[in-house]
Amino acid sequence: MEQTLKISKIREGTVIDHIPAGKAIKVLAILKIDEKGSQTVSVGIRVPSGRIGSKDVVKIEGRYLERFEVDKISLIAPEASISIVKNYEVVEKFRVDLPERVTGIIKCSNRNCITNSREPVPSEFYVSSKKPLVLRCYYCERNMQEKDILNNL
Amino acid sequence: MLKNRSVVSIDDVSKEDMTEIFETSDEMSKLLEQHKPLKVMDGKIMATLFYEPSTRTRLSFESAMNRLGGSVITVSDTGSSSIAKGETLADTIRMAESYSDIIVIRHPMEGAARLASRFSSKPVINAGDGSGQHPTQTLMDLYTMKKEKGAIDGLNIAMIGDLRYGRTVHSLILALSKFNVSITLVSPQVLRIPEHILARLPKGFDVTVTDSLSEVLKKTDVFYVTRIQKERFTDLNEYQSVIGSYSVDEKAVSEMKDDAIIMHPLPRIDEISPEVDYSKKAAYFRQAANGVPVRMALVSTILG
Repeated sequence: MEQTLKISKIREGTVIDHIPAGKAIKVLAILKIDEKGSQTVSVGIRVPSGRIGSKDVVKIEGRYLERFEVDKISLIAPEASISIVKNYEVVEKFRVDLPERVTGIIKCSNRNCITNSREPVPSEFYVSSKKPLVLRCYYCERNMQEKDILNNL
Repeated sequence: MLKNRSVVSIDDVSKEDMTEIFETSDEMSKLLEQHKPLKVMDGKIMATLFYEPSTRTRLSFESAMNRLGGSVITVSDTGSSSIAKGETLADTIRMAESYSDIIVIRHPMEGAARLASRFSSKPVINAGDGSGQHPTQTLMDLYTMKKEKGAIDGLNIAMIGDLRYGRTVHSLILALSKFNVSITLVSPQVLRIPEHILARLPKGFDVTVTDSLSEVLKKTDVFYVTRIQKERFTDLNEYQSVIGSYSVDEKAVSEMKDDAIIMHPLPRIDEISPEVDYSKKAAYFRQAANGVPVRMALVSTILG
């Protein structure tokens, strides 16, 4: 008999699917899911996937994501899809979309960038390459590679 | 078109803008030679905010504005002003823009001038932000190459010394990538140009990296020598050996092409021997002198 991995369905909440294998932990960190929360969260790591070979899946009971959270997820999981579940049914499903400009959700990795001082401006980056992801700071004009991006989310 | 625009990064200046600035710089040089007082910026005020020490840049901006018939207001000591009391740059700029028509800023943090341009309705000129950009130095370097060699296209240019921390080199190489030139980057391994600068050069741009100065002596048209700072080295012996290998002396000059020129953003320490000053190839003092007409051209183009 064929064996398949099952992650239980959720009643109300959000399913984040097609996360690159191994990045689910980072998604949990972005969403600040830690020992203090009360929501039920299911995590599948390295789940076989037709589309991307192997993927991670995160299901969160009773929580819907904010726009800035979706934008942050798009930085580490640009292929991810998000499903909104109500009463066990998917009522809305969309792919995350990497914005042209990334504003206020990530710090500049250049510690001497003016945005890391007390100035009244959010950080701001252009997406200078999507694959591999490279962000360029609007202010100090330094590039951030994927590793720097992960460290500054 | 630069009218009423800020110049923060050399990317803010197109090749066409450069041509216009260089033509105006020629005119300004002629007017300066005639010692005629100018009135083109009469009634205009430049605010200079220097959060870091500077001699040449500050003097040449203030001289340029005064020569154009405008006036300059300045913070004489940023250490004792409201800036030292913890005022944000954004607030200082909001104040300065209401007192002046153009703001010139030097700041120790990268991105400061871009931030200033966000909070100012008046044009902002970046006079150096941390290890970031210094676009007016670049304009003056390019103008010097054009004036000394007739044209920038076709030149073989060697950049020598501290290519890692030297902001003048970073701006200059990005600007030169708009021209049809060959560049050789000559530096010790520890002072090589950062990857984030190389990544911004167009594909196919002719750049070679080497650690040997002797390799480039015979084929180079323009030697752009930079200061190697002692404080970049933990080992003083290493500094001494680097200085020895990357300095330009009479012997090196004798191997250069007859019409080669030597440039340096100054101040120089040991990278160019004093006896080289007497060679016609030594263009660095002429380069420094170009600071005033080029800044006159830039300011009058922006405010004209």
